[in-house]
Parts: sequence; C-alpha cells; structure tokens
Amino acid sequence: MQENENISHEHDDDEQHEHAHDDNDTMEHTHEHDNDEQHDHADHHEESFIRKYIFSLDHKMIGKQFLIYGLIMLFVGGGLALLFRWQLAYPETPELEGGKPAKAAKPLPIIGPSQKYIDDGEVVTGADKMWERIYDSDKEEFLEVNMPSGLIEPHFYNMLFTMHATIMVFFVVVPILVGAFGNFLIPLMIGTRDMAFPVLNMLSFWLAVLAAVIMAAGFFVPGGHASAGWTGYAPLSADPQWTGVGWGLNLWAISLLIQGFSSLVGSINYITTIINMRAPGMTFLRLPLVIWSLFIVAILLLLAFPVLSSALALLIFDRLAGTTFFTSTAEGGGSSLLWQHLFWFFGHPEVYILILPGMGIASELIAVNSRKPIFGYRSMVYAMIAIAFLGWVVWGHHMFQSGMRPGMGAFFMTTTMLIAVPSAIKTFNWLGTMFRGSIRFTTPMLHAIAFVSMFVIGGLSGIYMANTPVDIYIHDTYYIVAHIHYVVFGGSLFAIFGGIIFWFPKMYGRYMNDTLSKIHFWLTFIAFNCTFFPMHILGVGGHMRRISNPMQYEYLQTFEGMNIFITMSAFTLGFVQLILVFNFVWSIYRGKVAEKNPWNVTTLEWEAPTPVPHGNFAQIPTVYRGPYEYSVPGEESDFIPQAQPEHAPASAGD
Amino acid sequence: MLGWLPENISEYAQGVDKLFALIYWITVVAFVLVIGTLIVFLIKYRHRAGHRAEYIEGSTKLEIIWTAVTTVIVFGLAMLSFPEWNNLKSPAENPDYVVQVRGEQFNWYMIYPGPDNELGTEDDLELENELYVPEDKLVQILLTSKDVIHSFFIPNLRQKQDALPNQTIDTLKFQAREPGRYEIPCAELCGFGHSGMLGYLIVQTQEEYDAWVAEQWPE
Repeated sequence: MQENENISHEHDDDEQHEHAHDDNDTMEHTHEHDNDEQHDHADHHEESFIRKYIFSLDHKMIGKQFLIYGLIMLFVGGGLALLFRWQLAYPETPELEGGKPAKAAKPLPIIGPSQKYIDDGEVVTGADKMWERIYDSDKEEFLEVNMPSGLIEPHFYNMLFTMHATIMVFFVVVPILVGAFGNFLIPLMIGTRDMAFPVLNMLSFWLAVLAAVIMAAGFFVPGGHASAGWTGYAPLSADPQWTGVGWGLNLWAISLLIQGFSSLVGSINYITTIINMRAPGMTFLRLPLVIWSLFIVAILLLLAFPVLSSALALLIFDRLAGTTFFTSTAEGGGSSLLWQHLFWFFGHPEVYILILPGMGIASELIAVNSRKPIFGYRSMVYAMIAIAFLGWVVWGHHMFQSGMRPGMGAFFMTTTMLIAVPSAIKTFNWLGTMFRGSIRFTTPMLHAIAFVSMFVIGGLSGIYMANTPVDIYIHDTYYIVAHIHYVVFGGSLFAIFGGIIFWFPKMYGRYMNDTLSKIHFWLTFIAFNCTFFPMHILGVGGHMRRISNPMQYEYLQTFEGMNIFITMSAFTLGFVQLILVFNFVWSIYRGKVAEKNPWNVTTLEWEAPTPVPHGNFAQIPTVYRGPYEYSVPGEESDFIPQAQPEHAPASAGD
Repeated sequence: MLGWLPENISEYAQGVDKLFALIYWITVVAFVLVIGTLIVFLIKYRHRAGHRAEYIEGSTKLEIIWTAVTTVIVFGLAMLSFPEWNNLKSPAENPDYVVQVRGEQFNWYMIYPGPDNELGTEDDLELENELYVPEDKLVQILLTSKDVIHSFFIPNLRQKQDALPNQTIDTLKFQAREPGRYEIPCAELCGFGHSGMLGYLIVQTQEEYDAWVAEQWPE
C-alpha cells in the first residue's frame, strides 16, 4: 500500500508538475506530507494557459479535450448525413441544362431553386437568390459542381456517406468513449493521480487532432474526398481510375494511419495504468464495470488497429508506388478479398470497441440508479471478455456474399450466433439489476434504459444477418444500416449522452440543466426511432444502401414516402442535438454548482473533491470493497463507498 | 414486416423466406419478453419514499438457465440454416442453361454461349443489362467483373453474389417460377454510377424463350 502511493507521487512530481526540484524526498512521503504537498501545488504552481488548456498533461483536461473534439466531429458527421438524407428524400431534382436547372422537374424543397425559378427564371425565395448568384458567377462554384440545383452529384453523394461513417466511427464514437471517458474515468475510478504516461496521453490527443486536420483537408483537394465507402473496398479504393479520387483517398488513408497511432498510444497507456496503478485494495474484481470495459477495449485497440494500419499502408503502396496487393490483372497480382479480410479482421473488433464502453457506462448508470449491486458482476465481466474474444473469429460474417468459399460461411455463422449468448447474459443481468430495485428516473438512467432497449433491437436484428441464407438477401441493404445505427447510435451514443450528464458534475463542478436534458432525451429517443426503425422495412423491401437515387428502381418506388419520413426525422434528430450543445456549454458556466457526490455513488471518482484538482485525491484512497455496495442490509445509508473503512461510522454524502 | 418482402419467384430460395419468418417470430417474442419485463420492472420497482432496494448480487441458477436457453436457440437456428446455405451457395449440378455475367462500371453484361454451348467462341452473344431465361429451368451464372467489385442482386430470387475482378464465381444459380421482368441492381458500391447500375431478368415461358433463341441465332 505504501509502495503504491509512492509510485504515484513520483510520477506526480516528475512529469505532471515539473517541480521535483523543490521536493526531493519523494520516497519518504507520509500521508500528512501528502496533504501538504497538495497545498503546495495550489499555492505555488499556476500553470500557463497553454500548459493547462492546450498542451495539458492532466488526464482530466485531456479527457475533456477529447470530449469536445468528439462533439464537434459529431456535428460534422451528422451534417454530412443530413445532406445526403435530403437527397434521398428528393432524389428526382432537376439536372442542369446550359447552366440553369432543367424545366419540368421536381424542385428540391427549401434549399433548391423554386418551381417558379425553374419555370420562369423568377427569383422568389432566398434559395433562388443564392442559386442565381451561383449560376451567374463565372467561377466554378463548389455548389454548382457538387450539387447543381441542390441535387447531389453521385460522386459527391458517395463522398458524403463515406465521410459520414469514417468520421462517426473514428472521430466521434471512439474519441468520446475511449478518449474522453477513458481518460477522465480511469485514474479517478481506480484511485490514482494520473495516467501512467501523461506525455503519451497528450501525444494521443494531438495525434488525433492531426488526423482530423488531415481528414478535413481531403475535402479540398482536386478530385474530392475518399468515396469508396468507409470500408474502402479494393480495388475501388486501390486504383484512382475507378473513382477519379486522387489525393482525397490518400489523405483518408494517411489520416486513419495517424488516428491508429493515436489509439495505439492511448491503449498502451490505459492498459499500463489499469494494471499498475490501482489504489491499494482495488483488486481486479473490485473494478467498476466501466473500467473493465475500457480495459478490454484498450486490449482490442492494441491488437486490432495495427491490422488496419498495415492494410492502409499496403493500400497507400498500391495507390502511390504501383504495387498490386489488392488489385489483379490477367497476368496475376494480388487479391481484392485480401483487403476485406484485413479490414474486417480489424473491423469487427472495432465494432465491439464502439459498444463495450457503452455497456460499461450503462452498467454504472443502472446500478447507481437502481440502488442495487450489479446482478452477476462476475458474469458481466466474463461476458465482456467473451464478446471481445469472439470478436476475433467472426469477421467473415461481413463477407458471406464476397466470394469467400461458402464453406467458411458455416463456421462464421456459428461463431457469430454465439455472440448472442454473452450479449443475452448482459441484457438479462441489466434487467436483474433493476429487479427489486428502487429505480430513480434521473436523466442518465433514462439514457441507460434507452441504451438497453435499443441494444436489444440492434442485437436481435443482428441474428438475421448472422443467418447466412437470410443474409444473402439483406446483405448490403438498409437492414444493415438500421442494425449498425441501432447498435452505435441507439447503443453507444445514448450511453455517451447518459455518461456526459452523469459525470458532468465531476468534470465541470456543475450540473447540466435537467429540464433541457430531459427534453433532449425524449426528443432524441423519439426522433432516433423514427429515423432508423423504418430502415429495417426499407431493408426488407430490398432497398440497397449507398444508392443516391432509389427512384431509379421500380420495386423501390413504394418507399418514396418512407424515405421522406426518415429524412424529416433525421433532421429533427440533428436539430435536437443543438439542445445538448447549448445545455453543455451553458452549464459549464451557469449550471447549478454540484456537491461532491451528487448521485450518491460508491466508486472512487466521487471521493475526489469537486472540481477535481491536480493529482485528483488529497490522499490516495484505500479500497475496502466492491464497486456496487448499494442498499446493504443493516446499513443506514443506502450506499457504502468503496473507500469507506470497515466498521467505521458511515459518512454518507461526504 | 414480412409483408414488405418482394415476391419470391425462386424455386430454390423458398426456404430463405421460411427462415426469415422463423427468425422474425423468435426475435419478436424475445423483444416482447425483454422489453415487457423491462417496463414491468420500471413501473414496479420505481423509487418510492420509504422503500428500499433489495440487496441481490446475482443468481447462478438463473445465469445458467438463460445462458443455456440462448445457446440452444442459436445453435438450433444455425443447424436449420446449414442445409439452406449449402443448397443456395453450391455449384449447380447439371444446369439446364449456363450464362456468364460480367459486371463492368456501370452495366451488367450477359454472355450466352450460343448453340455450341461453349463460352469464348464465335457464336457467343453478349447482351447489355438483359438476362433472358426460361421459367422453371435451372440456370447457372458464371459471375465475374472487369474492374471493381460489383454485387449481382436479384431481390425476387433472394440471390446475391459479389462479382470479383479476374475471378469467376460458379456458385450462383436459380430456377425462376414466374414469367416476368425483374430488376437486377448492383448491391456493392462500385463508383459514381453505382446507383442506377441496373439490369433486368426476363423470365419467359419455354416457347417464348425458344422463339427468342431462334431469333438470336438464326439457323
């Protein structure tokens, strides 16, 4: 116990506060000394703005940086989705004819030129004015090239959905779940002062920023951004002649390579921290489930990302150095299936990277708000390990129709279906946790309930795809789109929203406004289901994904109304998120000031003072029990903090 | 939900719709049970003043039950699916007709072997985006691509198979029951013209088909 504290101190002094010179007897620290030292920090060590907010080494600041980064990218990615949703609702808008929209076509509502303008050239709406200016201008305007009269050119359409998915997966969900929650929660919840490698931690964030800048640059290069889908299937992605995209796709690959390094650095840091720096008494089976999930995810990231990185490197060689890893000619060459194997060998664990921390967060929220221990803590941990392990042997289920040997399909179907078992265990255990509880419907709990129910839909719809004969039909249709959004939006994003509201008091020392949070929750929940549930129906109707104009197909004519409905819901969903942003920013400055442990939680992060100072704890807590000691019989308080000594008088609240 | 499926005209793939329906009902029941339980719990165990949660850490018996039940269901489903999958994705034995199909940005080319029944000879006939077949006959498709990956999708036959460049896939086959004209979209992103890469399957009666053949290859 003593030793453990000293380790934390050393690192605290040397790396984080850079004032080891005035404190050379680190090894001799006692608890009292510890307290003094904290005062020293506060008194003598005012950090510069840049050190504190930009190139920060503090895990909490880096976590907040990742959070804001992810939220900004969420709006970029969502905006792209809304653009192509508009197209899907109104795909039959006029083409250009001699620099003006052709006559006798359906105009694009609101943002396109009006019917009057198309017919008589009369400027009626604000949009007409904009388009008139664009048509009359001599320059090659961006909109005129990519969206003449509001209609999105097919190439631009491909670019939009490619970047929507790329940004959402690599720049929103992973940075928020792993970067933000991982950084903020791990040291606080395991009871240590910071990450094992604060400089690497900073590097991880700034590499992610670099990756985002490079990704953004891709929009402005000639030929446009990557348009081969987020999966970047070769040979479409491997040879510029098939898409006409030059540096856009190179930058896409380079950016993802850098993002891979960022994740790698972060995951090494997480694993080291969790293994080595747990507070005294914090055994592995006393770790909160969210820490377990982040630990498992860090291992997945460490093992999976290098596979993508090597595939991307080969892709870059193919594009720039004339190799043929993924292309073939009549004389020979590589294999287009190789890319799919490499991509999905990374890609499926990646899917679990996106959902496991969500499961962890939901577990915390459900236990706290049901005032009960997690039902079957151990089996929850084993289920997560099982999901992570099975994640390595199911990648072929993305490739049932790829031309892979059909015999392999049987194997991958079986392994994929097996994942239903640990997923079911988790779901039943969440229900078990609520059983005979005392459920408080706080906003974080609402999000956790939404997480569970949406995850149930996303999980059940997965069975259709795991089933090879049925997958033949629904593969590459909107059924898949519905499924992935139920898991990643309905699952991960609801967990993220719930997590933000739950830990906001610890992050910023203030509450988020609860009324706004509740309005945001209900509108998001309804709009989300209106947007994505009908996509199951589109998929059953055989509506392909990634097509810019469903109205070209006779058998998809009936879905015009449904596509319009989905688009309207998607816009609602998008605009509702502004409530969250307003609430988030407003609450940082104006929210109600939060006490130390506002939700009456047992875990260690709530032992730290609010706002959490450098070094987190006045003294490193000692852990006496598991993380979910709620409503213990015979105790007066309905929760016993992990750090509360045995047989000591209860110190409820703080 | 099931009503949205397009008409199934395939002799082979009737089993697909049956499996689909089976999974549909399994998932509907599972959904209703889980969400129903969730709602009951939310109402019954909501926080009330003076009421305390019960300290329950878990139940090994229950864990074993729901693990076992789920395992049995998924294995059962897998077992039911193997024969159907093998049936759909194995090379045709003694097909009545063989047609080569080539995907090429952004069209489907259908190549008929002609009277000599051999591909790559002079009497081959290449059609753009039109695949003529007689009803109730086993047709094998030799699927390939010239440039990138395409996916040959016939919703009404419940068939889909990616076409790979410089590789021929021989596992695609079907037997169409209803004469008519059906769409063959491309289901794998293949470039800017992906949306609108559209062919047609024209299923004819045997007489119509024979007449069509006579027209294409006059004696």
